[in-house]
Amino acid sequence: MIKRLKRFAEWLVRTQIWSSIFRQGWPDTERNRILTTINTLVFHLHPIKVKSHGIKVKYTFCLGGISFFLFIVETITGVLLMFYYRPTVEYAYQDMKDLEFAVTFGLFLRNMHRWAAHGMVLTVIIHMCRVFYTGSYKPPREYNWCVGVSLLVLTLLLSFTGYLLPWDQLAYWAVTVGTNMAKATPVLGAEGPFHVLSEMTDICFYLRGSVDISENTLLRFYVLHCIALPLAAVGLMGIHFWRVRKDGGISGPL
Amino acid sequence: MQEQQPETRITSSDSKQKDTASETQKKPDKQLAFPHLVFKEFIALMLVTLVLIIISMAANAPLEEEASPTKTPNPAKAPWYFVGLQEMLVYFDPWIAGVMIPVLIIVGLMAIPFVDKNPKGVGIYCFRERKFSFIIFTIGIVAWFGLIIFGCYFRGPSWLLYMPWESWDIHKPVISKGTYILPSFIGVPATIGYYVLGMWLPILLARNFYKTLGSTSYFITMFFVLSMFGFIGKIPLRFIFDIKYIIHTPWFSI
Ligand code: HEM
Repeated sequence: MIKRLKRFAEWLVRTQIWSSIFRQGWPDTERNRILTTINTLVFHLHPIKVKSHGIKVKYTFCLGGISFFLFIVETITGVLLMFYYRPTVEYAYQDMKDLEFAVTFGLFLRNMHRWAAHGMVLTVIIHMCRVFYTGSYKPPREYNWCVGVSLLVLTLLLSFTGYLLPWDQLAYWAVTVGTNMAKATPVLGAEGPFHVLSEMTDICFYLRGSVDISENTLLRFYVLHCIALPLAAVGLMGIHFWRVRKDGGISGPL
Repeated sequence: MQEQQPETRITSSDSKQKDTASETQKKPDKQLAFPHLVFKEFIALMLVTLVLIIISMAANAPLEEEASPTKTPNPAKAPWYFVGLQEMLVYFDPWIAGVMIPVLIIVGLMAIPFVDKNPKGVGIYCFRERKFSFIIFTIGIVAWFGLIIFGCYFRGPSWLLYMPWESWDIHKPVISKGTYILPSFIGVPATIGYYVLGMWLPILLARNFYKTLGSTSYFITMFFVLSMFGFIGKIPLRFIFDIKYIIHTPWFSI
């Protein structure tokens, strides 16, 4: 049986279809394993060889990787949610209800998007702690630490802008409380110390697109949540992963 | 993979670790990314997916009534990751709790790799070789999550103190947001004194600490450390002495 399977595998990897996709044979030799890493788009984010110390689960707890994976889950579920959601005061809440009661697996989709988002905030924070406690921000990784902090801020902003979209009481008032803070910005906010701007021109107004939370705010947060912030996050993650390798791979006691 | 800058080796008392470290210095102990690293990542990915699916089936994302600008819920809580800041609103005006504290946290985090001149403790979870940074960072994280937990589970209507097991229907008298405003001739010197003493005493008492950091890094570090303790320190001032403001001016109050 095993022999047969082996022969089947040998035949399979020699077929034209297989070799057109994978460009190398069965990864059971060192050569083919190396080729697997460098020939595969996703795998080639990795160096060919990694420090044994760096792949110990209890060193990184895979937290950066999990953050990244949750971001991908958010992208996929988010795109699916966009099929059903319209960012207007008239429809937004109705579409939520439809997701819950009318769309097949709609509720599951929304749950997954929501819990993965909370999970991502958590894993990013814990990832930061692991990086701190292993001293992995020290030279030459100072810059990547700062890229990481920006990613943390972006993650929080992504979560926060998404929070408004269901347009329920929870969303509306949480975002009211949150954006009210902008009013208190020194100089730039209408109610902050040394304010110079009116309620119609201050930084909170530009955040909301109106004096109170309105349809303008909903549209703004929608565009930020679905386009601007994810693009920024993807860009920064690109730099982040690039720098992990340029800075000498995962930090280690050497 | 080339190291851009040499990393300092740890000096561990564990002689076994020392031996492997010196061995690996010439020939680093490495493994192929495929399959060793990719395999672990795959398992992590499967586990996360499994957990996500289970949570998404077990718990529904919250959806309350449709947003209504005229019906203010009491309390209106921010999403959990901002509840720590919301809790700070009890002790500080919005321009500090909502603007200064987050900005200082972000800038402070980014400053860490540049002011931490201690090259030790890279690549291992190690307390002994970097006690100071370890303790300060941990206090910050614990305070952050402490405030979140307090704000989430111990705050009820009107942001009053409710135990997690207490019903929010119980009527509670409104507690003061602090009654005493320190007169300027006490508050201003006290604040200046806090920073001056806080920066000056360690120079006297822990000369070595000051010297290894250099004056620029030292003062930046101490500014952030003292600010953090200052922010946390106002909480007991409020609870014990019922102090509303330490500094009060017509333009801003602290
Ligand atoms: C969206 C958020 C983030 C993603 C997807 C992400 C992803 C990753 C990944 C995959 C790694 C490889 C090692 C590992 O898994 O631990 C890594 C390393 C690193 N991350 Fe992040 N990260 C994020 C946020 C952060 C934050 C908030 C910080 C710090 C404030 C940070 C700082 C670093 C540093 C310094 C390294 C290099 C660590 C080392 O060499 O040991 N990252 N990140």
